Amino acid sequence: MAPAFSALTLFDVVLCVLIIGVALCSSSVRDLFAATVLLIIYGVFVAIAWVRLGAVDVALAEAAIGAGLTGVLLIGAVARLKITESPAAAVSRWQFAAKVIPASLGLLIASGLAYLVLTVEWRETLQAPVLANLPDTGVLNPVTAVLLNYRAYDTLLETSVLFAALIASWCTTHDDLWGERAGLRQHTRRAGILATFGRFLPPIGLIVGIHIFWAGADKWGGAFQAGTIFAAVWILAIMAGVIDAPNATGRSIRSFAVAGPMFFTFVALTGVLAQSFLIIPVMVAKPLTLAIEACLTLSIAATLMLLVLGAPRRSA
Amino acid sequence: MSVIVTATTILLLLIGVAFFLAGSMGLLRFPDVHARLHALTKADNLGLGFITLALLPQAADVWIASKLVMIWLLTMLAAATVSQLIARSALHEEDVKQEPGP
Repeated sequence: MAPAFSALTLFDVVLCVLIIGVALCSSSVRDLFAATVLLIIYGVFVAIAWVRLGAVDVALAEAAIGAGLTGVLLIGAVARLKITESPAAAVSRWQFAAKVIPASLGLLIASGLAYLVLTVEWRETLQAPVLANLPDTGVLNPVTAVLLNYRAYDTLLETSVLFAALIASWCTTHDDLWGERAGLRQHTRRAGILATFGRFLPPIGLIVGIHIFWAGADKWGGAFQAGTIFAAVWILAIMAGVIDAPNATGRSIRSFAVAGPMFFTFVALTGVLAQSFLIIPVMVAKPLTLAIEACLTLSIAATLMLLVLGAPRRSA
Repeated sequence: MSVIVTATTILLLLIGVAFFLAGSMGLLRFPDVHARLHALTKADNLGLGFITLALLPQAADVWIASKLVMIWLLTMLAAATVSQLIARSALHEEDVKQEPGP
């Protein structure tokens, strides 16, 4: 027993050192592209850390959104910054301050959290009440129960924020290009490697995404993880020229993007008629939760896909 | 029996790690994009292949084992596609650099 324990401890210590090291590299390196790549690596390490902590749901979300999607968005941003970047724009004093202030704040928060975790004795956590009320939520995965039932308003606000981000992204569209297809025009060779890949992978990705959505009710998975996979599949199919990129004025893509927050708000408001805001009745908890989650998955997929493609642009 | 299985796993893992190490060295040391891709793809595919083979005897059932094989195949497919795309875009960039006329 003892040797296995120490090997795992060694693994954890190495992982922690790697996480801190990569985080420091990412925030101190000068080249923006290198910083982004290091941030993606940081996300992968953090996902492994979540697995070690037994939080597989969070690990899936971190890998899909923290490392994957944020990485893609940042790489896109770096690529666009390259065009406008001027090399001689270094104001050293402010740059120094811009690094020291967030670093000290981060250190302060980290040491505060470490102090709390190490010194405070947790006599009573919310674990027991969460598990005790699980039958009323209609799902078996406590994380899904927290996200879609106990703390449903958090998730409602989260998806609304995502929707707001999409509108902000649409607002950056040039007037002449409004109504064009999202993002750059894609150039793909017919029956080329990317086109073949774009036809082969999406069916597998769809099956994995549906599995993760469905599994989210009882085991690990959920709307955000599945939505991100669907978004990735969607983007791949667009890049490979299998389907066309949507345009922001299209009615169906708009209803996809709004379906989740709208249905969620609808459920929340009907709760007012019964008892109070955002009540999910025990009788229909399982089907209602699944329906909300399905709409959310669709909206998250559409929104993330549109965010990655960005506003319509003329190809250079 | 279990000693042989464990020994096989450890041996295959070590071979896999050796390939990953060689691939990473190549990625860091080789001079241009194509050479680096060569190092990365060969070593990556073989490294991951050996690690998958190493984990197969440890899998609890056929279901998990087939998931492992599936991950390996999908990673190889993605790696092969991506390296082709990177190589082609590198070739394109070289062309642009050589003849800046049109």
